[in-house]
Amino acid sequence: MIEFRQVTKRYGSDHTALRQVNFTLNRGELAFLTGHSGAGKSTLLKLLVVMERPSAGEVWVGGQLLNSLPRRQIPYIRRHIGVVFQNHQLLFDRTVFDNVAMPLQVIGVAPGDIGRRVRAALDKVGLLSKEKMNPLQLSGGEQQRVGIARAVVNKPPVLLADEPTGNLDPELSADIMNLFGRFSQVGVTVLIASHDITLINDMNRRTLRLDQGQLVADGRPRTEANHG
Amino acid sequence: MAKAPVPRPGGARQSASPLKQVAGSYLDHHRTVARDSIARMWRNPVSSMMTWAVMGVALALPVALLLLLASLQNVSAGWENGARVTVYLGLETPLPQANALADQIDTDSRVAFVELVDRERALAEFRVSSGLADALDFLQENPLPHSLLITPEASYRSTDGVEALVEYLQGLPAVERVQVDLGWLQRLNALAGLLTRAALALAILLAVAVVLVIGNTVRLAIESRRDEILVAKLVGGTDAFVRRPFLYTGAWFGLGGGLVAWLLLLITFWWLSAPVARLAALYHSDFVLSGLGFENAIMLIFTAMTLGWLGAWVAVRRHLDDMEPGDH
Repeated sequence: MIEFRQVTKRYGSDHTALRQVNFTLNRGELAFLTGHSGAGKSTLLKLLVVMERPSAGEVWVGGQLLNSLPRRQIPYIRRHIGVVFQNHQLLFDRTVFDNVAMPLQVIGVAPGDIGRRVRAALDKVGLLSKEKMNPLQLSGGEQQRVGIARAVVNKPPVLLADEPTGNLDPELSADIMNLFGRFSQVGVTVLIASHDITLINDMNRRTLRLDQGQLVADGRPRTEANHG
Repeated sequence: MAKAPVPRPGGARQSASPLKQVAGSYLDHHRTVARDSIARMWRNPVSSMMTWAVMGVALALPVALLLLLASLQNVSAGWENGARVTVYLGLETPLPQANALADQIDTDSRVAFVELVDRERALAEFRVSSGLADALDFLQENPLPHSLLITPEASYRSTDGVEALVEYLQGLPAVERVQVDLGWLQRLNALAGLLTRAALALAILLAVAVVLVIGNTVRLAIESRRDEILVAKLVGGTDAFVRRPFLYTGAWFGLGGGLVAWLLLLITFWWLSAPVARLAALYHSDFVLSGLGFENAIMLIFTAMTLGWLGAWVAVRRHLDDMEPGDH
């Protein structure tokens, strides 16, 4: 579903954010992306949603090569990728419902279907009762779940998350991670960028570790720890 | 909404229905966006009305000028129709020769009608109309010559036709002077033509100004909805989708501006109509200040909406298309 082949990303001439990164994520696979800040996690995610283009190598998503994708086509790729941010990126001038409905409005879903699908997504994250509230009235964890509902409302085959538990306490973080786990069980490819080592170790899932733009480890943290 | 089965010719119902659904949702989005952008305008009534007023004034000014000039040209067209040529004969010309001349001119195909005004009649008329009867009594002899009042054929009442006729008349024996009122008419026409051009130039400049004003207003609207634009782009909104609300905003600003311009023109012309009528009456003229007809008003509003849309488009191209999620 996601494949990086010898991907390098340089900014200007002196800063290399990614160096020859190779990895493949299959359908329904859940993986963590970790490393110190500045290691290249955000750059890697940006390449996947075509906010950035690689300087060298190939980025494939769903059988589509993103390197040379025409600008016009970018929206259609993004419709197949749900993205969750640390800072939620929610809009505070509208209700929870309207926030979650945005990806559906963008692709032109009929109004009747929008209601049904938004409620289904809100139900999955346990916020069905708060659809009419403004996101500002919600707690940090709830806002994060609204962001997740928005990312999955369109049933994308790929789900990306950038520090989704950044500001949350451990209990809420575990909840959110379980939610991601459930999406991967129904076939969604999930890639979570996080530096929450405790959480990653607890989850014991495949983990890609970046260090200064290089992929230095790829595997489950516990086996890795055993070897290291 | 309408679930009732609609009979459809050809009936490829299953394959047509998703397409219909997409089209329906597309139109639905247009409706929603159009309504939403109006609602946003009402939320800032003062600044919206300022924009409308600026647009209205900028549009009303050149349109008023053009209307005024059109009215003026109507008047001159009317006078052109009534164009008459006066031929003054030499003082020594005897009456029989004048009569013969009148008959000769009357046979010309360009002339519809000739009237001979002999010296005595001219003096009598002058005595009555000038109020100088006492002064005239002191004169030894009649200072007025015989004259011929010539009405050209309808097809020769144009400026060129009359000019040719005048040339012919000047060549006739015993003709002292030929007078046409076309001189000042030509000057008026030339002046009106010049002013029309000036008004058009002004209209173009003001149209550019309107586009820039709307462009700037829409730019501010884009800035204030930056977050929403970024999210829409992130979840796969196409450029057209993201642009749409702002293009509608521009068109609505145009609509408001057009309506204000219309209102301003109505008020101005109503306010001017009484003094203009009085002035026209003093000049024995049928001059009427013709206002903006309904059709032209629709044209004005449509033009204003197009200009608004254009302004929005400029802003959208400059500020929205290169706004990308990720570069905060």
